[in-house]
Amino acid sequence: MSTSKARWAAVTGHALFWPVVALIALLVANTIYRPGFLSVEMKDGHLYGSLIDILRLAAPLILVGMGMTLVIATGGIDLSVGSMCAISGAIACLHISGQPDQNALGGVLVALALGVGLSLVLGAWNGALVSIIGIQPIIATLILMVAGRGLAQLITEGQIITINSEPYKAVGVGYLLTLPLAIFIAAGVALLVAAVTRRTALGMIIESVGGNAEASRLAGIRSGRITFLVYVISAVCAGIAGFMVTANVSSADGNAAGLWIELDAILAVVIGGTSLAGGRFSLGGTILGALLIQTLTTTVYAMNISPQTALLFKAVVVIIVCLVQAPAFRAKFARRRPAAPAAPIAADQPKEQVPA
Amino acid sequence: MLTMGKAITRRRAVAVLTATLLATGLAACGNSDTGDKPADDGKLTLGFSQVGAESGWRTANTNSIKESATAAGIELKFDDAQGKQENQITAIRNYIQQKVDVIAFSPVVESGWDTVLKEAKDAGIPVILTDRSVDSADKSLYKTFIGSDFVKEGKLSGEWLVNETKSATGTVNIVELQGTTGSAPANDRKKGFAEAIAANPNLKVIASQTGDFTRAGGKAVMEQFLKANPKIDVLFAHNDDMGLGALEAITAAGKVPGKDIKIITIDAVKDGMQALADGKFNFIAECSPLLGPQLMDLVKKVSKGETIPQRIETEEGTFTPEQAKAALPTRKY
Repeated sequence: MSTSKARWAAVTGHALFWPVVALIALLVANTIYRPGFLSVEMKDGHLYGSLIDILRLAAPLILVGMGMTLVIATGGIDLSVGSMCAISGAIACLHISGQPDQNALGGVLVALALGVGLSLVLGAWNGALVSIIGIQPIIATLILMVAGRGLAQLITEGQIITINSEPYKAVGVGYLLTLPLAIFIAAGVALLVAAVTRRTALGMIIESVGGNAEASRLAGIRSGRITFLVYVISAVCAGIAGFMVTANVSSADGNAAGLWIELDAILAVVIGGTSLAGGRFSLGGTILGALLIQTLTTTVYAMNISPQTALLFKAVVVIIVCLVQAPAFRAKFARRRPAAPAAPIAADQPKEQVPA
Repeated sequence: MLTMGKAITRRRAVAVLTATLLATGLAACGNSDTGDKPADDGKLTLGFSQVGAESGWRTANTNSIKESATAAGIELKFDDAQGKQENQITAIRNYIQQKVDVIAFSPVVESGWDTVLKEAKDAGIPVILTDRSVDSADKSLYKTFIGSDFVKEGKLSGEWLVNETKSATGTVNIVELQGTTGSAPANDRKKGFAEAIAANPNLKVIASQTGDFTRAGGKAVMEQFLKANPKIDVLFAHNDDMGLGALEAITAAGKVPGKDIKIITIDAVKDGMQALADGKFNFIAECSPLLGPQLMDLVKKVSKGETIPQRIETEEGTFTPEQAKAALPTRKY
């Protein structure tokens, strides 16, 4: 009896328990509203259904979330990712639109290289501002968040660049093994980031920089370099996400591409259990957070919730998830019921306390 | 040691931020190249302040004004406000100082214009609003407002549908892609469309959702509409871009846009007209940026002191696939 209780406490106490519950609840609610929501069928040689849409549309958010997780783990924040999406997508589409044969693979590869290259430069700019000059991350990345939209507009000359390139389109809406190609790209990048951070000491070093940059430096870690690195990684992730966003609609819109994705990404990171104060991060949590946010957006469309109430609906779901996820909130709630053991939850508490 | 480091960091941050702000400010000043030459009396001078260059629609609007000013023999002083009201107010004050004959502008926002409009009125310079209106209670502050009537655009779309489906016996299921929630074009187009289709009780809007005027938004919403509603007969999108996004969703669902699902949009930008000419769209109600010639007529009239109506609608039409094919080669935007 007591062991099963303890096991239950361990499960509910897990950082990702409540986001998973919320995700399942959303899927169940959708299925009740429309029994066919979960059904997936074969169409034109690939899977087709709302679940597949969620996977495909969540891919850019997962990518941006990967970079954002690392940045937030160092105690920073990257507000410029949305603009980066617009810039990399714009430069790629611009290059493709100038090609005599837009379907030529070579031209598309050059376009992708241009986008990634520009993202590297912009990421280095962010990294330099934060790690070398020492500007607060929120201010340093705000510069590119605002100016970056202008840069994207400059590249597209204020127009929407429409392209007609099958290889580029595949990045956004192509299929591999009946599943969206975009989700494979996102999963590939996620695995790479996970391997580099969790199979080497890099993840721990990032966490130590986030915990206390000065102490890490005194302990022999080049914290400036680590900080620089995470902003570059974040920019590249955002750049690749920009390809997906623009390929999805075969056009680059400097105004709208990746708009507000930085806020969704930060939300995904927070829902995933990464502390905004830095010093601790969970890549799997961010992926779950991104899937939850995309499911929420799709739910609004699928249930045809009116646009006026859609934002409120989203806000309420997010607030509930964040509240029940917070150990402090649950501890308070649990203390009122004598049966629930508060001790194991309380034992988790010291991990939450991160020196800012 | 640590605190000193922090203090230096902060000072540096302030320095960099100041430099950035300064650069932005300078760029803004440098941009309003309105010149200092006083208006000569032989030729009419028009001072025009544009919102910015945020879309193809806006660029076409700018070109139309520039070209028709040259054609009408009116000297145009042009300023791009880059989406900022303060730039626009500065530009208008410059025009007042230069004693231009007429001032025209597309307001970036609706409110906060009373002071500068009063200055123009006191200087005896008539003001014409283009494309967007202001919310000033004193209507004597400007001569006229020339721009599109969004309600009418919605109504024209609805009337076409009523006419198209008059022989239909069963229910016609319509889905609607709204513009940005709360924006004037979205509210008015929805209203005009609803009024028009009320004429036929068989026409039912079964789902209506915002696609934020973007292709990505239109596509994501349409994907779910298609899955939730097995029978969709008509799509009404508040602009071409959302319709273009929805096209891809419809094709991916294995349906033929223009045939299985009839598509009505508003705007008539180039990509939209191309889709119409290709038979993927069925009808577009125009929202024309080409108000230059009408504006120049008005400039001539107000400078002669003639009275003109307070509200003037842009001359715009509607397009069917055949008309789109004919219009495309000479289309400016």
